[in-house]
Amino acid sequence: MSATVKAAGKTVGWVDDRLTTSNFLKRNLAKVFPEHWSFMLGEIALYSFIVVMLSGVYLTLFFKPSMIEIAYNGSYVPLKGVEMSEAYASTLNISFDIRGGLLMRQIHHWAALFFIAAISVHLCRVFFTGAFRKPREMNWVIGVGLLTMALLAGFAGYSLPDDLLSGTGLRIAQGIMLSIPLVGTYLSFFVFGGEFPGTDFISRLYAVHILVVPGLILALLTAHLMMVWYQKHTQFPGPGRTNDNVVGYRLMPIYMAKAGGFFFVVFGIITLISGLVTINPIWLYGPYTPDQVTAGSQPDWYIGWLEGALRMMPNVEWVIFGYTISWNILVPAVIVPGIIFTLMGLYPWIEQFATGDKSEHHLLDRPRNAPVRTSLGAMALSFYILLWVGGGNDLIASFFDLSINAITWFLRIAIFVIPPLVFVATKRICLGLQRRDRDKLLHGLETGNILRLPHGEFIEIHAPISEEEKAVLMSKPTRTPIGMPEEVDENGVALPGARMARLRARLSSFFYEDNIALPTPEELAAAEAHLRHEVEESAPAMDEDRRLIPARDGAVLHDSAQDH
Amino acid sequence: MKKRSRRRSMAAGILMGSSLLLVGSGYAVVSAETTPAPEPTSADSVEQIQLGRQLFLEGCSSCHGLEGQGIASDNATGGNGGPTLIGVGEAAVDFQVSTGRMPLAVPEAQAPRKEPLYSQAEIAALAAYVATLGPGPANPTEEQLNLDNANIAEGGEIFRTNCTQCHNFAGSGGALTDGQYAPSLMNATPKQMWQAMVTGPQQMPVFSNETITDEDKKNLIAYVQALKVEPNPGGLDLGRLGPVAEGLFAWTAGLIALIGVAVWIGAKVR
Amino acid sequence: MSTHDNLPATTDESAAIAQATAALPAHRPRRTDVDPKAARRAERQVALMFLGSAVMTILFVVAFVAIPVDQTVYIWGFGTISASNIALGVTFGLAILLIGAGAIHWSKKLMNEKEIVQLRHPLASTEKDRESAVAAFDDFSADSGFAQRPIVRRSLLTAMALFPIPLIVLLRDLGPLPGTIMRETLWKPGSRIVIDPTGRPVRPSDLAMGGLISAMPADLPAVQEETGNLNARAKAAIILVRMEPQEIIAQQGDNWDYGGILAFSKICTHVGCPIALYEQRTHHLLCPCHQSTFDLADAGNVVFGPAARRLPQLPITIDPEGYLVAVDGFAEPVGPSYWERGDS
Repeated sequence: MSATVKAAGKTVGWVDDRLTTSNFLKRNLAKVFPEHWSFMLGEIALYSFIVVMLSGVYLTLFFKPSMIEIAYNGSYVPLKGVEMSEAYASTLNISFDIRGGLLMRQIHHWAALFFIAAISVHLCRVFFTGAFRKPREMNWVIGVGLLTMALLAGFAGYSLPDDLLSGTGLRIAQGIMLSIPLVGTYLSFFVFGGEFPGTDFISRLYAVHILVVPGLILALLTAHLMMVWYQKHTQFPGPGRTNDNVVGYRLMPIYMAKAGGFFFVVFGIITLISGLVTINPIWLYGPYTPDQVTAGSQPDWYIGWLEGALRMMPNVEWVIFGYTISWNILVPAVIVPGIIFTLMGLYPWIEQFATGDKSEHHLLDRPRNAPVRTSLGAMALSFYILLWVGGGNDLIASFFDLSINAITWFLRIAIFVIPPLVFVATKRICLGLQRRDRDKLLHGLETGNILRLPHGEFIEIHAPISEEEKAVLMSKPTRTPIGMPEEVDENGVALPGARMARLRARLSSFFYEDNIALPTPEELAAAEAHLRHEVEESAPAMDEDRRLIPARDGAVLHDSAQDH
Repeated sequence: MKKRSRRRSMAAGILMGSSLLLVGSGYAVVSAETTPAPEPTSADSVEQIQLGRQLFLEGCSSCHGLEGQGIASDNATGGNGGPTLIGVGEAAVDFQVSTGRMPLAVPEAQAPRKEPLYSQAEIAALAAYVATLGPGPANPTEEQLNLDNANIAEGGEIFRTNCTQCHNFAGSGGALTDGQYAPSLMNATPKQMWQAMVTGPQQMPVFSNETITDEDKKNLIAYVQALKVEPNPGGLDLGRLGPVAEGLFAWTAGLIALIGVAVWIGAKVR
Repeated sequence: MSTHDNLPATTDESAAIAQATAALPAHRPRRTDVDPKAARRAERQVALMFLGSAVMTILFVVAFVAIPVDQTVYIWGFGTISASNIALGVTFGLAILLIGAGAIHWSKKLMNEKEIVQLRHPLASTEKDRESAVAAFDDFSADSGFAQRPIVRRSLLTAMALFPIPLIVLLRDLGPLPGTIMRETLWKPGSRIVIDPTGRPVRPSDLAMGGLISAMPADLPAVQEETGNLNARAKAAIILVRMEPQEIIAQQGDNWDYGGILAFSKICTHVGCPIALYEQRTHHLLCPCHQSTFDLADAGNVVFGPAARRLPQLPITIDPEGYLVAVDGFAEPVGPSYWERGDS
């Protein structure tokens, strides 16, 4: 043991002589990270990305990004002699003739699916806990950039093998390019080296897929992690945890063992799945030709929402002065995604503007304590999920014996109706939870034990909540809307900027006005006294075991006049 | 005659079983269900047609009319509307009845495949009777269904050009408009596939022998037969439905496992 | 003991840390902390996982060498699958997984776990630092004369604004200009219609009532051979369908059918998927990508879905030998809409 330490010391010394590392190590090895399972969602994404890179490098050794047509002569019998591109043939080769090739292909593809899924869940965690607030707005934007790049990388990878599905996906992408006004046709001709499909695209896409996009992801990822490191991780409220400190375990050894171990676990689970479950059996799809197609032509899940938007859109197209504007493609494939990503990227500033909150936040919000944000998020999620359902409407139709047309019509209406309903419902749930938190603080936990007092009154025994829970509940920030501004000065002259201030005041009350206030210290003191009294009063009674019936469904036999 | 045909069907059963094994290596599939005996005597034939007519009157005429002329659905007799069977041929009857699609249990968007209601002999009789109503596509001969020398790769080309658009890349089926669907091909026998192509049941278009020749059909059927037994090298096939099933798996089983580990890591130990 | 990472603790800070630390929930000792037996058991479990990983790695190598790449195996619940893939995946997966599981188990059961409080400091620099940074910039500006010499400044900005242009110009040869090529297909008057992929010509009688066939111009294979790409195919693919002539409600031109046989482009007018889900009774053609539905009996008009334009129809007739041929090329561009397409 001491020999190891000695050797380590020697190495550290050698490096330190040259790079002054000890100071850096001293500071950083002891760095504290708060612990919570949801803080590891981003790690899943990071580790999946590493797995994608490792398996991707392996695949580049065998994949041939070429659209030259050859006759297949590998070992997969049902395609023997069929004309196909070298890209497709080399993918068949990886799948059937190279030992472990199929495993690596499946690892690459599964890891890519998990990568984007983990990013999505991580994004939700950051959003719903308000971790994007000052000082982390820049990192939020980088995160949105990473998501975009991940989608691009995924789509490019899906398109490379030149099988029937990937070619169909490219054809759709090209159709979308064509719909862009003014430059669309030129864009498509430059990207594809002429008409679709041409012979240039796969090799061009290859460079994008293995160099440009991963390079950007790596750069953004580095910035993302460095900022987390520098700004220190946020933490959930709890006893001892404040906005000015960070409570958790040191990087070495606990965090290192857990995070390092988690990498291996993620890698291991992806590998196991890849050994057991088929993904993208391109040999069944057949080689791409622009006049063949399969039922259930679908993109990978992360493009499904775009596919759904395309499917749902009614067929509006204008011809103005001899030029075509295809709203049926532009709206779902260009405009809506553009709006979604812009709103997502700007959200920290939107909320900042609306609430006027410019302070630093290191303590996370419990989602219920920011009901409007939570409801906006839930609304956006429901919108996304509906688009997603649209992307799979044909499979839903065949599985549940429904009509595609009926599903599409349902979605066309639901996309406008359901998200607002989700907003309202979520907000009510959040406020209900806030009320419950307040009740807990004032009256403690309902134990379910009903007691009849000597004078005949029935009460439910309440137990005090734990200190830990109390700390969490009491951490709820007090948020009040900005009041309506003075519109005119004392002389009755309109103040400059009054309109903006008014908008802001309205937004702010939209965000905050319904919040349930924490009990005041006086209320808390009174409640505590009451609770103590109740416990004292019930103690002898409990001794005699005069409990009657346990209350169900949280029924409270309480003097309601005292409750509020 | 009778004895002979029973032996034939027994032999066919054995062949059916062994063919499933053979298909994997040699894709040699022998049809098990070629019902019509070679050149029946005219007495047999008359007897068969008479039996067929009897069965038809009992089981089919309420929708298709007493003479197979069809009934409009708003007919005053209250019968469910059924199309005319004049000229549909024996192949259509054999297909519809042997796949259990006819007789229809309840009128719906599309007749589903179910257990056939009639025996082989009864189906043959029905088919023989309907064939007398007017000329139509005949059942394939054994020679036409002999897949011994079929070229699977060429069959795949024809499959991808003509079939995958509705039946999916692996023959798993797919949705059509208004609740209709192209069924999975995994339960269809070579004979039924052939019959479906030449008769165009329900919404399926007709692929006549002149456009997709005997040879093409053979290759095509051999490709589908190969698909049925083709291994899934990668593991679980998730129904061969494409990326939607994969995404569903990633989000359910996969991500739940990964998040489960994260929860384990974050959980306090006692 | 634990202080902010790069500053010596002031008394205030120490007090803050002490206060927060006192508020932390008391550390509940784990079983492994109090029971040496439990600790030893945990130790053994961790070691077992690490050793298991080593065994799996060796098994992986064995499987790699021993199992032929095309060997299949039947496994209950999975069906017939590649023996190599499952063996490699399971051994490699477990080899990695067990290292991770061991490390996590180790950290949870055996490593000293103590929650530590560190302070955060406001991220903004002090006013003084900010001022000196601004002052430094003023210095740079004065030293360089950037502000005083507008001519240098403006010319530099002009040069900087222009210099990326070559990088964009260089992209010009990525592809040819569209010209009118999007309007052209291989179909011209007299082009013979042949079946895809077999290349056989079609007589009207070949197509049964309710029939469908995918077809192409006879010269497509040669063109494809010559150009080495699939561009011509992407525009020329058609489908032929046959219905009773009296079922045809409308066509895109007078008598563009031949005895109830109609030819339509196979490329969807939405975003270009090949489209051939033909329902012979309703004469509807459905696109599997976005479910645009066209009524072929009614001039290929859109009846459902996101496609905005009808499917272009190809006028057909027969040649002296009795085979189906095109009367003319398509009257309008096939495939998805594009800016310059306009009404035609």
